[in-house]
Amino acid sequence: MKRKVLLWLSLALMMASLYLVFIYVPTEKEMGIIQRIFYLMVPMGWLALLAFLIVFIGSILYLVKRTSKWDTLAYCSAEIGIVFTTLTLITGSIWAKPVWGVWWTWDEPRLTSTLILWFIYLAYLIVRSFAIEESRGAVFAAIVGIVGFVDLPIVALATTLWRGMHPGPLIFQGGLAPSMLLTLLVSISAFTSLYILLLIQRVSMKNDEMELSTLKRLSS
Amino acid sequence: MENASYLLAAYTIVWAVVFGYILLLFNRQQSQQREINSLKKTLQGKKEA
Repeated sequence: MKRKVLLWLSLALMMASLYLVFIYVPTEKEMGIIQRIFYLMVPMGWLALLAFLIVFIGSILYLVKRTSKWDTLAYCSAEIGIVFTTLTLITGSIWAKPVWGVWWTWDEPRLTSTLILWFIYLAYLIVRSFAIEESRGAVFAAIVGIVGFVDLPIVALATTLWRGMHPGPLIFQGGLAPSMLLTLLVSISAFTSLYILLLIQRVSMKNDEMELSTLKRLSS
Repeated sequence: MENASYLLAAYTIVWAVVFGYILLLFNRQQSQQREINSLKKTLQGKKEA
């Protein structure tokens, strides 16, 4: 029931977001049509940060309470976070090519720190998959999940701490027109709702996986 | 309409990946559910025997 409501909410918000991005919001004067990637790239980046924040919280709670539900939550959020970080990097590159003339530049702290973030959480998933013992893998992964969190504020504040070509934090400085801000907020809400839906689905799958392995053990 | 192809590429990739991921999750869960039900039936049969 909860999942159905979230599914319909996500779909409605996605439709509203597409309408706002392609019909409602005016084309930005300097960058032209390519600026519309912004309404996709920012929500992807936001979700990557949110997903890894959940990994951080889940990892701490797992180490403190040693309850598998927190490990499951962290693991599932890390997997979804990797998907959205990959999409952040791809959409960022697609935006950079026409605007900066290159697909990628190592001089940009935001780009480099996001790539590092991607590698950290990829390591998190690898640690989990290669662990011989499930509980030890969960502990190691939780440590990676907590240590990896250090990169999150670096990614978030990269454009403020080091001035590069990447646009600064326009949203918080009031640099966005009201129509652009509305479009961005609807897009962020749409993708956040999708993230919650995906997380619920993935956690339920992980619980099924655990039930399946118990049943397999019992039947053999 | 300069750079429209970049915009199209970005939206296509994002939607393809998101839908692909959702489809993968739902398909995997369905197959897990089938396996769980079949194992439960087998275990029930063993118990009764």
